[in-house]
Amino acid sequence: MIREMICVSCPIGCALRVELDDSGKVLSVSGNTCKRGEKYAIDECTNPVRMLTSTLKVNGGSLPVVPVKTSKPIPKGKMFECMAAINNEVVDAPIKLGDILISNVCDTGADIVATNEA
Amino acid sequence: MQYDVAVIGAGVCGAMITREMSKLDLKVVLLEKYNDVAMGTSKANSAIVHAGFDAAPGSLKAQLNVQGASLMAYYCNKLHVPYKNIGSLVVAYNWDDMKTLDELFERGFANGVPNMEIISQERLRTMEPYISEEAVGALWAPTAGIVSPYELTIACTENAVLNGARVKRNSGVFDIEYKDDLFFLSTASGVVKAKYVINCAGVFADQIAKMIGDTSFRIIPRKGEYYLLDKTEKKMVNHVLFHCPSKMGKGILVTPTVHGNVLMGPTAIDLDFDSKLDLDTTIEGLNIVKEDVKTVIPTLSTRNSITSFAGLRAHIDSPDADFLIAPSKANGHFINVAGIESPGLTAAPAIARYVANIFKEIAPQYQRKEVFRTDRPAPVRVNEMSDEERKALVAKDKRYGRIICRCEGITEGEIIDAIKAPCGARDVDGVKRRTRAGMGRCQGGFCGSKVVEILARELGEEMNKITKFGNGSKILYNRTK
Amino acid sequence: MQKYDLVVIGGGPAGMAAALQAKEEGVKKILILERAATLGGILEQCIHAGFGLHYFGEELTGPEYAHRFIEQVEKTDIEVKVDTMVLEIRTGNIVIATNAVDGMLEIHATAIILAMGCRERPRGALDIPGSRASGIMTAGTAQKYVNIDGYMPGKKIVILGSGDIGLIMARRMTLEGAKVEMVCELMPFSGGLQRNIVQCLEDMGIPLKLSCTVIQTHGIERLEGVTIANVDENRRPIPGTEQYVECDTLLLSVGLIPENELTRMAGIIIDPVTNGAVVDENRQTSRPGIFACGNVLQVHDLVDYVTQESQIAGAGAAAYIKNKPKGRNRYVSVKGQNGVRYVVPQNINENTDKDVKLYFRVADVYRNARIIVESDGKVLYNKKKPKLAPGEMEYVVVKADDIHALQKKELVVRLEVQK
Repeated sequence: MIREMICVSCPIGCALRVELDDSGKVLSVSGNTCKRGEKYAIDECTNPVRMLTSTLKVNGGSLPVVPVKTSKPIPKGKMFECMAAINNEVVDAPIKLGDILISNVCDTGADIVATNEA
Repeated sequence: MQYDVAVIGAGVCGAMITREMSKLDLKVVLLEKYNDVAMGTSKANSAIVHAGFDAAPGSLKAQLNVQGASLMAYYCNKLHVPYKNIGSLVVAYNWDDMKTLDELFERGFANGVPNMEIISQERLRTMEPYISEEAVGALWAPTAGIVSPYELTIACTENAVLNGARVKRNSGVFDIEYKDDLFFLSTASGVVKAKYVINCAGVFADQIAKMIGDTSFRIIPRKGEYYLLDKTEKKMVNHVLFHCPSKMGKGILVTPTVHGNVLMGPTAIDLDFDSKLDLDTTIEGLNIVKEDVKTVIPTLSTRNSITSFAGLRAHIDSPDADFLIAPSKANGHFINVAGIESPGLTAAPAIARYVANIFKEIAPQYQRKEVFRTDRPAPVRVNEMSDEERKALVAKDKRYGRIICRCEGITEGEIIDAIKAPCGARDVDGVKRRTRAGMGRCQGGFCGSKVVEILARELGEEMNKITKFGNGSKILYNRTK
Repeated sequence: MQKYDLVVIGGGPAGMAAALQAKEEGVKKILILERAATLGGILEQCIHAGFGLHYFGEELTGPEYAHRFIEQVEKTDIEVKVDTMVLEIRTGNIVIATNAVDGMLEIHATAIILAMGCRERPRGALDIPGSRASGIMTAGTAQKYVNIDGYMPGKKIVILGSGDIGLIMARRMTLEGAKVEMVCELMPFSGGLQRNIVQCLEDMGIPLKLSCTVIQTHGIERLEGVTIANVDENRRPIPGTEQYVECDTLLLSVGLIPENELTRMAGIIIDPVTNGAVVDENRQTSRPGIFACGNVLQVHDLVDYVTQESQIAGAGAAAYIKNKPKGRNRYVSVKGQNGVRYVVPQNINENTDKDVKLYFRVADVYRNARIIVESDGKVLYNKKKPKLAPGEMEYVVVKADDIHALQKKELVVRLEVQK
């Protein structure tokens, strides 16, 4: 199977061609102009991860929501599941930047961390 | 609730007439379909005070135009409405046009327009340095001017309320019954009873008249599209500039606005009778404005446009298309004020007095009140104050120190005033028309959400209950969390 | 009248970095005037990640990036007035401002740094015909509603313009449960970062329609739909390609305009391409003692560059305060040509004592183009770049020695494009 994608490691945006076998294993990467392109292609095909940012409801704060992020990138396929978990949570003010509001969200090993005060 | 008089439609005529009625010892209610006053033609027109040389001599339009023009300064002064007596120029590009100017002059003279002059190319150039090279002369009418039409409507309404009038918004009339010398007006907010009705429903005046069986006239919505340019273009035009007139009206005009912007338009497109809500701007219409303005001021471009909009004129479907201001033949206690297209804004003060006279004839039993307040409290306009005045004001009330709209320099205090005023703003556009917050070049990009916040707080509502202009014009949906 | 050595107008990333740099270089009395209720500027609502990779070497969210500077400002004796709006800069560097605590403020500043940021181009400037229904707003306004106020501004969304804010909002609205129907882009390429196209659109399954625009809005009260159409190479809609798209919200992400009202009022010369002030390598404007940096000077794509530029302005202001230079500066002028739309700074002092970074943007997408810096036919810099795009700010460094050696007091930055 062939997958085509554009590398986002740098602004050049190389058009990558990734050859995969039936089990999803990467056989070859072409079109990249540097090593980072190859790594990007392999990561995207085997274990794509994303930082998730959102807001979480706060009681008694100066604003109704506080911005949050995952403490590390989570599997791309788990983004909406983690959103649901964030939407189910309510915290009480005061919140400090860096406070862990949900630990190990959806068993991703990542925490949901406040990125501002509230 | 029973009233003596119900005025239908809170446009500039409805508001002016309600104010006249509030001079009398009676109960008057102003019924408005929308969430605010000035929501129809009165918010989207050329904002011109016409000198009065357009209408045919002897017509009601001619008579009330010239009277209205001479009353406007007084009303605007009393009611604290922006008005500037800058004069108008009808520009001629060839000798045929010059002949038309002569005709206009004659007509103006017959109508009683004072101090008109036909001026030379040279004088035109000194008055309008950016005018087209092709311009050969102009008709100068110094009594013309510019006014803020929605502020005039708002101010009249406030003044009427201060004198005891009631205003019911979101009260569109959908049915009228007449029995036992009483009108039963079914409105969106319940039944209103009144002995007399004054129909100022603008483009919908025919539909209202039909409710009492009066089918003597029909109103065609005639669409006009405009561009509003940034204040950076202010220097480009000093007076109201008209083309020589055509059959469809006065053609595209270019004018400064009382707030220092430049307005250009309108087109004149007749719509179907059932298109009275169509306020869409169109590519075709806006292109006509863009192209047409080049013949007047070739270097004026819409690149610095901050918005475009459309308005509907209530054009009466008859050959002479004069104002129709008279008791209905179907019911003598029902006065039609219909077909009030240009120069309706100019004529409005005179229309109100004319209607008051009709009313006196059909209802002589009502006396004048002993006390009538002629003005309204002057709205606070922070950006028109000197440093010292401003310091003193902020020392008294901190809210006048917090700027909400950056483009126009409008403070939180002014916005709260607009909401708390008699018949105050209930939506974002209402705040905008009263204070100019969101009227500037960023068009509410920054202050829009803050205005929503202030409205919600002052009206005791959730933010997602605040609308742009009432009804279904919601801004926000549910909370995210 | 109050007196300060330095007044910084704007407490976003630009203003804070400039003030901190000036502090570090020994300026004593510094005041930051900020319009909003807190420092941080627009970063407070940019809750997504991707800030600080260049400057801090790690990926931060907007509020986190801002917070690092807020903490630093709090550790110094830099004074801050929030909820304060500057109304005017009068002659003699008098800053007139207003707020609810002090009323009217009249401040004399030895130097002033302009760091007011930028605003989004509104609908009026776009000329989209149609109704005045609610539900048409800039992407940044929607971002504030969602991220700060906690409300959804719509359920079914079309985004016009593929600038980064539009792309970010496409993902954000989708994550919050809205359906983003598409992003339409007038140009044949996106002005946004590639990474955002992949992670905000492709990840979310949102189509990006290039050479496509909104030609009409529909709906009387709330927006009910838009008509889109493809455009030709002159960006004119192609008849027959019209398509109705049902939606309740149209978000606009069609360009940013530096907020230079104060700058213009102060009589400072503006570059018609950047819409920001004309500045020298210290970011000093045409009015001595007044400096500019950040998005008010030129629209940046990365906040990291805003920080760097603002440090230059902060240092420039500090040197100005220390030396109180008299007389006119003698400048080498810098111009962009052949695909280089503009260059900042537009002027360099002839006797500059440091190498100068020239920032610029290109007009189109170019592959394997050469960037050339030359003066009077003499080439000072010539380097090939695999890809150049309007959405990515570029820079080249010119050596101070090379500037001193110039015969003609003019530098040109241009491209040599491969066919």
